[in-house]
Amino acid sequence: MNRDTSISTRDKVAAGLRKRHRSELTFRAFGFIATAIGILFLAVFFWSLIAQGYTAFSQTYLTLDIEFSEEALAPGGQLDLEYADFDGVVRQSLRQLLPDATDRRARREMNRLVSIGAGYQVRDAIRDDESLLGTTQTMRVPAASTVDMVMKGNIDRTLPEEQRTASDRQLAWIDQLAEQGRLEMGFNTALFTNGDSREPELAGIRGAVMGSLYMLIVAIAVSFPVGTAAAIYLEEFAPKNRWSDLIEVNINNLAAVPSIVFGLLGLAVFINWIGIPRSSPLVGGFVLSLLTLPVIIIASRAAIKAVPPSIREAALGLGASKMQVVGHHVLPLALPGMLTGAIIGMSRALGESAPLLMIGMVAFIVDVPAGFTDPATALPVQVYLWADSPERAFAERTSAAIIVLLAFLLVMNLTAVILRKRVERQW
Amino acid sequence: MPATTLSILLAAIAGAAFFLGKQRAFAVAGGPGNITKLHSLPGYHGYFAILCALLPSMLILVLWLVVEPRVLTALTIQSLPDAQRSMAPSELDLLVNNIRNLAAGDVVAGEVNAVLTNASQRIQELQETSRRLLAVTCIGIALLGATVAWRRISRAFRARNQVESVITGLLIAASSIAILTTLGIVMSVLFEAIRFFREVPLTDFLFGLEWSPQTAIRADQVGSSGSFGAVPLFTGTLLITAIAMFVAVPVGLMTAIFLAEYSSKRIRDVAKPLLEILAGIPTVVYGFFAALTVAPAIRNAGEAVGISVASESALAAGLVMGIMIIPLVSSLSDDAINAVPRAMRDGALGLGSTRSETMKRVILPAALPGIVGGILLAVSRAIGETMIVVMAAGLSANLTANPFEAVTTVTVQIVTLLVGDQEFDSAKTLAAFALGLILFVVTLGLNVVGLRVVRKYREQYD
Repeated sequence: MNRDTSISTRDKVAAGLRKRHRSELTFRAFGFIATAIGILFLAVFFWSLIAQGYTAFSQTYLTLDIEFSEEALAPGGQLDLEYADFDGVVRQSLRQLLPDATDRRARREMNRLVSIGAGYQVRDAIRDDESLLGTTQTMRVPAASTVDMVMKGNIDRTLPEEQRTASDRQLAWIDQLAEQGRLEMGFNTALFTNGDSREPELAGIRGAVMGSLYMLIVAIAVSFPVGTAAAIYLEEFAPKNRWSDLIEVNINNLAAVPSIVFGLLGLAVFINWIGIPRSSPLVGGFVLSLLTLPVIIIASRAAIKAVPPSIREAALGLGASKMQVVGHHVLPLALPGMLTGAIIGMSRALGESAPLLMIGMVAFIVDVPAGFTDPATALPVQVYLWADSPERAFAERTSAAIIVLLAFLLVMNLTAVILRKRVERQW
Repeated sequence: MPATTLSILLAAIAGAAFFLGKQRAFAVAGGPGNITKLHSLPGYHGYFAILCALLPSMLILVLWLVVEPRVLTALTIQSLPDAQRSMAPSELDLLVNNIRNLAAGDVVAGEVNAVLTNASQRIQELQETSRRLLAVTCIGIALLGATVAWRRISRAFRARNQVESVITGLLIAASSIAILTTLGIVMSVLFEAIRFFREVPLTDFLFGLEWSPQTAIRADQVGSSGSFGAVPLFTGTLLITAIAMFVAVPVGLMTAIFLAEYSSKRIRDVAKPLLEILAGIPTVVYGFFAALTVAPAIRNAGEAVGISVASESALAAGLVMGIMIIPLVSSLSDDAINAVPRAMRDGALGLGSTRSETMKRVILPAALPGIVGGILLAVSRAIGETMIVVMAAGLSANLTANPFEAVTTVTVQIVTLLVGDQEFDSAKTLAAFALGLILFVVTLGLNVVGLRVVRKYREQYD
């Protein structure tokens, strides 16, 4: 090779260097953009959720002077809590505030300003204290969701009347009531104390939260003991044979089976075969426990593996049996790690909704469940149900329910992280 | 006697058995100072007594509670007058339901007649007898077990070994539940699917191009014999999965590379947990976001440039699903990249290649099997994902590859077919189980292959 005529390797490298450095920079930029996409999505997501949802935590209330007249509530001198015209007295007091509603149509529109919850509130007041009969009381009752939307500025007043949910007359009345100081915003307690409802202003998440709670109790009661027992067996006792391998492969695969398939299992086995009542937290809890079992087993096995063998050998050397080694030494040391796994499994169970749709937990349920066999729904399923409702008022409540759900998840995961940090031990 | 009272009583018996057993062990040994004369510590004798008292009686209790309703129903049906007994099964079911409701004091559909009252009284009587029998049996067996244990206590009795072998048995049973679950899934899906394939031929299901699962209620009704060609569902699922992968794979992979190779430790410590939050958000929340924020945004953008976009387009569901899967792809890729031996990386850098060249020419090819395994797992996750598509994708089974149109998926159809009231003899309900079978088989296949590839590859460099 003739050195003089060819370019040296060094020059060759130098010639390509700029291009190579440029491609290095582009590659790096791609990586940065990819990372940014994920974080940007997260930011947009939380921003839109909070922007849509925070208004649901407040609610418009209407202050009315309600006359508990005897002729309306107790026509025969006998108070009838079932059939008395409670709505009537509420409307009557509203009519006094807005005297310009004279014809039937106007009155009907006016009646729609106040929630049907007002009538129930009157009923409850008089049930608790019958001496109210014949007096006039000032009560703070929930306004209808239309009023609430107008007060929150969610209804565009510039649209033509037929495209709005609130008519011109209703808008005028709302302004009038607001001027009189009869309308005020307050904390939306109904959201946390009521069950589901067709009326947005009365709809709450209490039923769903209780349903989720009952389900998680069942799920943890089943999956934690079974999961840790399975993990102990596989780590400490299982002989290396076909059967153990089969169990091992099975657990890993179960962790990746789509959750909806567990719903099919629950429907076919728990409901149709064993006969556990549909829609009950009991059957939901069983399905969720099967779903979280692989998560708990895998986490527990990791926790047991982290206990150093020297501890086992020391105990064995002092004459403990294999079972005593596990029960007295390995288990107490691995327990925090197992608990962390259980909490993470439960947080997964709390967010799960697809299998619950299969076992009838999507029903419209007004009552707050009081036990493990009452029909119930779950918090994420409530989100799904409300997300399907067309009203604007339900959209903001959906976001609020999501915020509550995420808050629960955050608390659970933080507990897990703190637990892990506090007990993490260097052997 | 209600089951709770019975359980409390059994627990009390167990407690007594423990203390008596322990005491007797001390007595046999000749006082606390002589416990070395015993083979097992006194506590183990107590535990043994508990196990003897509780295990058989609990087993009977559970079995009884499961079997009882069936036996009671059968007995009630037998006692019904002939006119009712010869009714069609569905009507008989309704009648039995009514009888049960009446017995429980719930609201009854239809009028209450003499047959109904008689039958409900009978079922109440039967129930009471059954419960009394159950209580006597359980308590009897528990006492018997405790007595047997108590009599067996002696100095040489190997109580510890007995207790430990029972516990080992329980541990094995617990670990077998994983297998039972898989078996349960296979059985429940398979049996209903076979019933479905008796009505609809397998080939029609797998290769038919039209999906409209509405079956006629009456035979003379117009129009709807129901067609169960699942190809539009498969293509719809694949379309949405493809869109999701198109987002998740490049973004997830590049994120993993950036965080592993380029970012400073401080950025990594912030970015990693943030991205992990994405994995922890419930899917129903993604669905809400896809349906109410992303889908309208895409439609508006489409209108602005003159493309007609369905309000439930495959694109919206696929995009959001892709975002959801990013953390999965990125963490599995991270594992694969980190498993490549440091020597290979250092060698490439030492020869003068830039970091991106090292990554592209050395590390990625070496990590490729692991990354592919991870992608398979991600695909399986996308196929099985339910809530996002239920909320953001449509119900209409279009056979199309256009991401701007509405498509439906296997999981969406399972949900729509099974939500609401169902009867278990219509092809419509059974079709959901057939779809479930396909879903299970496909995801299982992907998982088995994916997990095997990931693991095999990890071991290769260890």
